[in-house]
Amino acid sequence: MELLGLYNYWVVILLMMVGFYVVIAHGNLIKKLVGLNLFQTSVFIFYITMSKKEGGSAPILAEGVERYSNPLPHVLILTAIVVGVATTALGLALVVRIKERYGSVEEEDIHDLDNPEETNGV
Amino acid sequence: MIAHLPILQVVAPLIAAPACMLLRWARLAWLLATGVTWASLGIAALLARRVMSEGPVSYAIGGWLAPWGIEYRIDALNVLVLLIVTGIGAVVMPFARASVEREIPRDRIPLFYVAYLLCLAGLLGITVTGDAFNLFVFLEISSLSSYILIAQGSDRRALTAAYRYLIMGTIGATFILIGVGFLYMMTGTLNMQDLAARLQAVEDTRTVRAGFAFLTVGISLKLALFPLHLWLPNAYTYAPSAVSAFLAATATKVAVYMFVRFLFTVFGVDFAFGDLPLEWVLMGLALAAIFSASAVAIFQEDVRRMLAYSSVAQIGYMILGVSFATVAGLTAGMTHLFNHALMKGALFLAVGAVAYRLGSTRIDDLAGLGRRMPWTFGALVIGGISLIGLPPTAGFISKWYLVAAALELGWWPVAVLILLGSLLALVYMGRIVEAAYFREPPAGSDQRHEAPPGLLVPTWTLVAANLYFGLDTRLNVGLSREAALALFGGAG
Repeated sequence: MELLGLYNYWVVILLMMVGFYVVIAHGNLIKKLVGLNLFQTSVFIFYITMSKKEGGSAPILAEGVERYSNPLPHVLILTAIVVGVATTALGLALVVRIKERYGSVEEEDIHDLDNPEETNGV
Repeated sequence: MIAHLPILQVVAPLIAAPACMLLRWARLAWLLATGVTWASLGIAALLARRVMSEGPVSYAIGGWLAPWGIEYRIDALNVLVLLIVTGIGAVVMPFARASVEREIPRDRIPLFYVAYLLCLAGLLGITVTGDAFNLFVFLEISSLSSYILIAQGSDRRALTAAYRYLIMGTIGATFILIGVGFLYMMTGTLNMQDLAARLQAVEDTRTVRAGFAFLTVGISLKLALFPLHLWLPNAYTYAPSAVSAFLAATATKVAVYMFVRFLFTVFGVDFAFGDLPLEWVLMGLALAAIFSASAVAIFQEDVRRMLAYSSVAQIGYMILGVSFATVAGLTAGMTHLFNHALMKGALFLAVGAVAYRLGSTRIDDLAGLGRRMPWTFGALVIGGISLIGLPPTAGFISKWYLVAAALELGWWPVAVLILLGSLLALVYMGRIVEAAYFREPPAGSDQRHEAPPGLLVPTWTLVAANLYFGLDTRLNVGLSREAALALFGGAG
């Protein structure tokens, strides 16, 4: 089963597409951020998958272990996780401010509040 | 000290940012931020001199030599971008003092400068680094801080603009991360020079092509290439005046630099333009950007929104130059990158001065102001002439090289389209001139007078730069040509 043997990559693709879909399809600003998080997480799994060596253990020095996974992608992705946390925090902070100023976190409501003449006219 | 200039370029603003936060007093924070931005400009100038006399400078961080350590590598291409980013950063600071005090609550002003310095550090980091993952980290530093800067706008739509930019910017950055991952997978290296050497052997695989596709789309999102520009107009319209001037003149330019760096240094011309039909895709999108964005700009009611759409069109010119995939085309594209930063910086600063006096930037509100604010509108007119591309301004030089590059390839229809695009710019800049000089001012607006010198001096500095670089092209065209020759020489 060559196709299923690479199941990690299928998980990555599935998560990525689900996350991307949520970002595009949902009008709720918080749900969009959740989708964005999912999208970013899939990339973390992608990096960790590609660093895996067959029969290799986690890249931590230990007795009796000869074969390690490639540590570099792990380190890189730690940085990317931090970036993801920062992005989510900033996004949520913006949503709080949007809620204060508009009284809503739904994209449609915000659009109507910004374009009152359009809503009244139709 | 001189040996450490490449790292100082990034570290100086990065360290100054938290220092700014500790200074709770707005004026002091401004003073520190100004000092640091001017010091950055000085460092960039010293680096430029060194690169011009000695060739590319390589700096190994912590003494770890490339390709294992992170390398900062500076050649003619980076120096051009470094000069423009630090130059604009330094010129905007004196302007920011009065303008920011008007637009942002007093207790938040030191925090504003923190974000500004972080953004500058991120942009400079992207430019100097020779490491693909390092580039992603700096990209996120500059992006996160620019979302904060945009959200400071006084209109509540600034918040939604920043939110949308955050969503689209993060998707773009994540695409870049995926692309870098694919390249690492095939080569086991992140250093750009090393990547370029090792990619030659594995170029013909689906993995590398997928990585290329992700990188291209991701960077195109960051540089607002049509049709991925949707985040840009609102972001520039509702941000504080100083921020729109700074970001319009630097952020997308650095993204264009990233694009050129990956296309030419990492992948190489033969792969990007030979094996894949990227030139046709880019040319189509660039021309679509020029015409659709200029057409939309004509119908805008707000000057800042008009200039934002015009930015999308001008990015089209830069990408058009890149898409020619010739030395002349790349020279033109990079020259326009430099020149557009000068003209858009001058225009957004002038509009910022209008907003300072008027509290509005709607075209209808400009009626008859040309005579009351002669210096501000003089700057707008000269900046506009540069945007249209008439001599003796910098805009003329870049259009000239662009048309010459198109004719060199024998693509005269493209040359005609470039000139037609300039006519559209003439129309939308003409609307401002018409309102400001030929309409009668509304009754009861006599108290309006010229903007304070604190705003006018930075604006006119950039206007003067527009005129200077329209006459003396040794620096911008010279560096662009040197960069283009190096990029093509390395590939062939």
